[in-house]
Amino acid sequence: MRGVAAELAFERSYEAARRGRSERAPVWLERVREEAWQAFAERGLPTRRDEDWRFTSLAPLEGLDFAAPQPGEVPAEQLAAARERVGSALLLVISNGQFRREQSQIGGLSVESLDGAMSTGRLGLGSVLDPKRSPLSALNTALQSGGVFLEIAATQVESAAIHVLHWLDGGAPQAVNPRVHVVVRAGASATLVEHFVGASGSRGFSNSGTELVVERDAHLRYVQVQEFPESAFHVSSLATHQATGSRVELASIALGGRLARVEIRSTLSGERAELEVNGLYLGRGVQHQDHHTTIDHAAPRTTSRELFKGMLDGRAHGVFHGRVHVRPDAQKIDAAQTNRTLLLSDGAVLDSKPQLEIFADDVKCSHGASIGQLDPDQIFYLRARGLDLERARALLSFAFASELLAKLPLETLRESLERTLLAWLPLGAAS
Amino acid sequence: MSDAMLEIRNLHVRVEDKPILRGVDLVIRAGEVHAVMGPNGSGKSTLANVLAGREGYEVTQGSVLFRGKDLLSLAPEARARAGVFLAFQYPVEIPGVGNSYFMKAALNTVREARGLPTLDAIDFLKLVKQKAKELEMDETFLSRSVNEGFSGGEKKRNEILQMSLLEPALAVLDETDSGLDIDALRIVADGVNRLRSPERAVLAITHYQRLLDYLVPDRTHVLIGGRIAKSGDRGLAIELEKRGYAWIEAEAP
Repeated sequence: MRGVAAELAFERSYEAARRGRSERAPVWLERVREEAWQAFAERGLPTRRDEDWRFTSLAPLEGLDFAAPQPGEVPAEQLAAARERVGSALLLVISNGQFRREQSQIGGLSVESLDGAMSTGRLGLGSVLDPKRSPLSALNTALQSGGVFLEIAATQVESAAIHVLHWLDGGAPQAVNPRVHVVVRAGASATLVEHFVGASGSRGFSNSGTELVVERDAHLRYVQVQEFPESAFHVSSLATHQATGSRVELASIALGGRLARVEIRSTLSGERAELEVNGLYLGRGVQHQDHHTTIDHAAPRTTSRELFKGMLDGRAHGVFHGRVHVRPDAQKIDAAQTNRTLLLSDGAVLDSKPQLEIFADDVKCSHGASIGQLDPDQIFYLRARGLDLERARALLSFAFASELLAKLPLETLRESLERTLLAWLPLGAAS
Repeated sequence: MSDAMLEIRNLHVRVEDKPILRGVDLVIRAGEVHAVMGPNGSGKSTLANVLAGREGYEVTQGSVLFRGKDLLSLAPEARARAGVFLAFQYPVEIPGVGNSYFMKAALNTVREARGLPTLDAIDFLKLVKQKAKELEMDETFLSRSVNEGFSGGEKKRNEILQMSLLEPALAVLDETDSGLDIDALRIVADGVNRLRSPERAVLAITHYQRLLDYLVPDRTHVLIGGRIAKSGDRGLAIELEKRGYAWIEAEAP
């Protein structure tokens, strides 16, 4: 550690938590936590000298003396608004990193406290989301508590989408480390929306960890909607493990946050596993939107499709780093990656880095990236039919981004995000 | 000349510092159809684009009046609202924007500018389906993205569909006949003919005289080297078809 204020705050939190639980926790669990903490403490918060953080600087949060997570309810008004957005009956509320059963609507779901599942040895820690892979997932592994374990049995009702609402309070900035562990049992099917919202003006830091285990022939649709206020910090470490014949559709909709980074690590460990990863990032003002994805083709005949699109305005900075890794014995792989970004202003910046690491020979792998402005020929065509410049720009921007929203599984969510997108578009900004 | 729909006087236009139009004079009155023909590179498409207001065309001399008012000072959308329509030579594809949504937005914008009530979704659909039927277009075109995946001929029909919805006072057709088979050509020409009226005018830019078999022009002009080298009646177009352009180039001063 370099000893910046944020690191010292994390250290205080870690020491306090360790003192509080030392008597009851199983030895193995303490060891995993301790190792994770050491992994973080050794390097501290990453800097731009770290290759994986070349385009993203955590400097804006380093100086914040974060408070430990405070217990708190989601205010009724925000809770209602969030529920209306997603339109799902099943709700898990996680407030400042802590699962709030009394605010949740769990219906017939199998929901357990993560601490409970781990202390009885039903669940390990760090086997899916590997704390050694990234300093922020190490930090989450060391500090997480109060998380939730969700199990989707094969008998699960297909249509029931599950809304996991993460709330981050305002006031003195808190650092929270929510953790969600989901297992979709063999043959089961589920839709999960992980939704991040916070109090207006919050300068808190949400450093979440999400583990998705998808067993044989199971099917999971996962959407992350991040709409923190543009003052908050967000790092989401997301790991998926897929067994034979399973299918996963991931989507990340990154709208909010002052500085936001989504790290996705997907492992296709069973044959014929299929993965689709889609992302939409919007940035304006001084927002920073980073997606860092790794798709690990660890078994033969696995396929992945990845499409990330972004629109950046003002002085926003976008990052897309897409790694595709094909292991030596993983033949007959089909992988495609695309990243397209519209820069709506002269001050906006995008760094795009595809990275293909292919160690097998019978592989179909493609990638493409484009960065640009709206097409002047399309703008002229619309204007020649009477639409003014602002309307033409808005219409074309909407068309560009809505391709991703159209892929989302829930109609209510899709429509409400389309309205958000329309409201976001710089209608008046005719630059 | 109060009855002039379009009055082009001594128009000089540069594209990337290269003079393309070098003194075009052309007057079109309400009710008339004019054809402009000419070899490749003579400036035909430049004329169409400069009338519609595309960027990158620098007017260095001359004037264009539309219904007595300066056209060149207007933004492209203002020209469209005032009643100028360009049927594009190469209509652009716009993935993600629904053809029907786009045409409704365009029609209502233009109607509003003309002081007409806007159409709701149901009335619009009724109107556009009827127009599409006249052009023998399948209704599925309406639900697709603008021009996306359309064949060359389908794109041209889509242009004429938009024209028949917007009912412009002046329609400029930029090689609308190119890439059309003979049946499509007749359908498209019928669409233009339906629009003809004493209050409207058409400027048809074309390579071939076969469009003019269906769309009988009042005047035919030959554009060579950025100037109108010769004007005549319909007979001129037929003569050009037989003899080519060389004899006019030889005659030209």
